[in-house]
Amino acid sequence: MKIVLNGEPCEVAAETLAALLDECGFSGRVATAVNEGFVPSSLRVGHRLNDGDRVEVLAPMQGG
Amino acid sequence: MRTFYGTKLLSPLMLGTAQYPSPAILEQAFRDSGAGVATVSLRREGGAGQTFWTMIKDLGVLILPNTAGCHTVKEAVTTAHMAREVFDTKWIKLELIGHTDSLQPDVFQLVEAARILTEDGFQVFPYTTDDLIVGERLLEAGCEVLMPWGAPIGSGRGLNNEYALRAMRAEFPDVPLVVDAGIGLPSHASHAMELGYDAVLLNTAVARAGEPQMMARAMALAVEAGRLAYEADPIEARDMAEPSTPVIGKAFLS
Repeated sequence: MKIVLNGEPCEVAAETLAALLDECGFSGRVATAVNEGFVPSSLRVGHRLNDGDRVEVLAPMQGG
Repeated sequence: MRTFYGTKLLSPLMLGTAQYPSPAILEQAFRDSGAGVATVSLRREGGAGQTFWTMIKDLGVLILPNTAGCHTVKEAVTTAHMAREVFDTKWIKLELIGHTDSLQPDVFQLVEAARILTEDGFQVFPYTTDDLIVGERLLEAGCEVLMPWGAPIGSGRGLNNEYALRAMRAEFPDVPLVVDAGIGLPSHASHAMELGYDAVLLNTAVARAGEPQMMARAMALAVEAGRLAYEADPIEARDMAEPSTPVIGKAFLS
């Protein structure tokens, strides 16, 4: 299906958020949001993705 | 000594982690600063996030994630929830930007977001203006710390409104207060501490200095000097001179 991942349109096979992270090689400490809503890590396995979903995968970064 | 949500800080310096010339310089400057708190953010994972996280963790300091760049309550609240999970802390430096050029906080949305996050169990460090009534509203919303700006973020102008910051200290004698943003020089940091502030949060002044490590050390000395001066009960300024050397006993030689 087609989704938007961190602002970039892409075609993925994953059907859940957890599978998407695996498919796209994300590991370690990341936080996720789908369609502007926070999805805790404990709910990623059960979170099914839909065509057109906007997914954000955020990581620790420098900040002031 | 006032504590930050029950936590005593080892140093009154809170240091940002952005804009350093290299990760190695960031790490060294951080150690030289003696800062006990590091501010961090969340951004789209582009591959560097995990290395950064390992380095920050190894500094062994308290982590204060921010909501930098957020312009709406919803955005800030969602970012805070994501930060709590990633950084494993209830602390959040709540920034709600209202003006693009000055990065002035939108205090109306700030109060609203602070209330929501406090109800969600966060310990909120609000980046606010020096307005007393906004400060009161933030405390009513559940904040136990206030972080008024000294000057706009990254401007290095020092304390733009000393009168307002003094008034805030007097109005909230039991609340931990932090001057957040605007510090450019060690004298600015000392100034904040001399007013009785509990901490100073800065980033650009160290990160963008020609020699970040030297500036980090200078800031460490400055906050310590300022705090000691405050605790030493300094003299009042006066308009006329007052000789410090005794007048009595002076020889007649003219």
